[in-house]
Amino acid sequence: MAEPFLELRNIHKHFSGVHALNDVSLSIRPGEIHCLAGENGSGKSTLIKVIAGVYPPDSGTIEINGKSFAKLTPIESLEQGIQVIYQDFSLFRNLTVAENLALNSQLREGRKLVNWKQVRRIAREALDRLGIDIDLSAELDSLPVSGKQLVAIAKALMFDARMIIMDEPTTALTGREVDRLFSIVRAIQCQNIAVLFVSHKMREMLEISERITIIRNGLKVAEGPTSEFNESTITTYMTGREHTCQRFTFTPPPAGTPPRLEVENLGVPGKLSGISFSLAPGEIVGVTGLLGSGRTCLALSLFGLTPKHTGRVLIDGRPVPLTSIQEAIAAGIAYVPEDRLTEGLFLSQSINRNLLAAVFERISRFLVIDKAQNDSLARSMILDLQIATPSGKNPVSSLSGGNQQRVVLGRWLLTNARLLVLNGPTVGVDVGSKAEIHAMVRALALEHGLGVVMISDDLPELVQNANRILVMHRGRLVSEIEAARTDEDALSDLLKTLA
Amino acid sequence: MNVKRFANVDNNILQLLAVTALVFATMSILEPGKFLRYYNFESIFYTFPELGILSIAMMISMLTGGIDLSVVGVANLSGILAGVFFVNLTKGQTLSPEAMLLYVLAGILLALSVGIMAGAINGFLITKLRITPILATMGTAQLFTGICLVISGGPAIVGFPAYWAFIGNGKVLGVAFPLVIFVFVAAGVAFLLGRTLIGVNLMLIGANPKAAVFAGIRTARMVFVSYLLTGVLASIAGIILSGRANAAKSDYGASYLLQAVLISVLGGTNPAGGFGSVLGVTIAVIALMLLSSGFQIMRFSNHLIDFIWGAFLLLIMVVNYYNNTKRQNQ
Repeated sequence: MAEPFLELRNIHKHFSGVHALNDVSLSIRPGEIHCLAGENGSGKSTLIKVIAGVYPPDSGTIEINGKSFAKLTPIESLEQGIQVIYQDFSLFRNLTVAENLALNSQLREGRKLVNWKQVRRIAREALDRLGIDIDLSAELDSLPVSGKQLVAIAKALMFDARMIIMDEPTTALTGREVDRLFSIVRAIQCQNIAVLFVSHKMREMLEISERITIIRNGLKVAEGPTSEFNESTITTYMTGREHTCQRFTFTPPPAGTPPRLEVENLGVPGKLSGISFSLAPGEIVGVTGLLGSGRTCLALSLFGLTPKHTGRVLIDGRPVPLTSIQEAIAAGIAYVPEDRLTEGLFLSQSINRNLLAAVFERISRFLVIDKAQNDSLARSMILDLQIATPSGKNPVSSLSGGNQQRVVLGRWLLTNARLLVLNGPTVGVDVGSKAEIHAMVRALALEHGLGVVMISDDLPELVQNANRILVMHRGRLVSEIEAARTDEDALSDLLKTLA
Repeated sequence: MNVKRFANVDNNILQLLAVTALVFATMSILEPGKFLRYYNFESIFYTFPELGILSIAMMISMLTGGIDLSVVGVANLSGILAGVFFVNLTKGQTLSPEAMLLYVLAGILLALSVGIMAGAINGFLITKLRITPILATMGTAQLFTGICLVISGGPAIVGFPAYWAFIGNGKVLGVAFPLVIFVFVAAGVAFLLGRTLIGVNLMLIGANPKAAVFAGIRTARMVFVSYLLTGVLASIAGIILSGRANAAKSDYGASYLLQAVLISVLGGTNPAGGFGSVLGVTIAVIALMLLSSGFQIMRFSNHLIDFIWGAFLLLIMVVNYYNNTKRQNQ
């Protein structure tokens, strides 16, 4: 067995009373693909930052390449060949691919003038090492997420990297892009470079890694070769709980009930065409497709954000005009956007205001908000959804992620929404909260009779929670599948044929 | 958590009150004979409302993360147009008091409509043409001041009727009339922000404009209304200003602009949007007025007063910064 490249022993780290890392040890060999798994807040990021030299550990030793460091600085970490690719990639979005790749080495040489020929040559070489082809003069922002990621990887490899740490690299990638990333990761491995893969996606961990380390609440709870793990053991280790995953069962309403939502030949020039489907009260319909398939456009159309659409949308058998968000809300349509923190919540405002944001207009008379109604509606919603807070006047930022999600859903229940459009309901949510959110959405469908359109990349999520799954491609619906008759592998194969 | 948060919000106000009390005590000890005279406070009551109203206007524009740099321009334009109106209509006539009162009321309406027009222009530039508020209002500030110069030709416009001067210098039941106006404006805006659709929506838009759109709030309309409101408040300040001086000039109150920005921030307004309180702004204005009147009594040079005023504002903001970072680290 080769000498480990990186060896962490008994690392402790405290942050003002929180024991972020508690006696964590980690060992990675050269050329090993190692997976670091854990829920949000488990200490994964702290551990990465300790390796990168950002945080000095309180106690414990760090050994890189046989050399021991009491206090590792970021510069030393870089010099030892450790490169971290953070989720935001740390690239310059307004510069071209070539500039992003080459400017560091140009700066290092202390040049006063830029040699553009050399810039392109350096950049070309960096991309060639990965065997990928990206337009060098394209502005970085014009690339898809996967393209930016490749640039970040190429950049990391330029500096004699011995180990690359990837923080949640697959979060924004489609299935095919994940496959491409994995083949690149394997190519990197062949150059005897270790890869530390930080993730909470079970399937990916099992597919790519050779060894897995799982941490929970700052403690290492499991470590071993990947062959010793499966999805349910990983989940159990990560959450400390057993999770049962029951599929959603939908009981159709009595015959003659008008469908909750009917979409007839919906089209948006250049984006959507000929979309027709319907869903019954209490039904959860999944929508998936590759990035750019038009699924988000469909969601936005249903929420009145594409005023220039063609076709008809009916709610409970009545056609509704959808040329503004206000009309959509009045028609009983609710939309939970992909990124709740930036698009859903008013973090600095109170829980009450967050809950009532969409109904202030309804509970006002001559612009004055009815205080009694204001208080009683908020109080009852906090009770109904079991939002854990001593008072609705607290800022919504004081709540946990799962409770914040309840607040967003509660806002739409207050508008008497009849159709809930969820876009990526569990993107970036850890396993525990994910199960909570799924349970809540199912309960809304079953008990309140809401129709739910669930747009997601996460195929297991759709198979588990939806009753039917619609697949979109290039702005059209290409297939409709009963969730009970499929599984994620079949779906994933179908998506691959589209790519 | 609840108690803590409550204490935090009040901390800002408490801190301001403490500073005000400190300023008051210091001045009383240093110059007890002059500072504590009734006359001194009376003069503060006459001078602070115009700055106070401008600061409240500034705070409203900051609620959505914007700013209105045209408030002083609007104030002067309101005063000058009203002045031109009086000068031209009453030239060579002797009018009965009743007719004069009507003229003055018309003048007030004229001044207020200047504020509405100016606010509408700002709102249009910001919400429809999507120009950054700081640039849009800097441009309109130049525009309004330019119009002032063209109309007045440079020198101050004089010849306001006596009723107009009453707005700036009169007393109602023994209380300075500008103070009465200020109390009504402050109470109105406080109600508007806390209890009405417009106020709550403005705070939500300021806290997260994207989420506001997705919650179905008519963001453009609300922001537009906020600049209308700012414009109207600016013209009210302009009426008081020209009433107190009994004249109107294109460069009156030029130093008020930055003071209004700073007082608004000092009063706890978040310049990034989402929070602002009338009470905070009011206390901040009072603290600064006490400070500057104290210095005037001690016969500090005017230049030095500007310096100290600036230093004081910066000091408070530095203290706020450290308090906030300390709070975040806890």
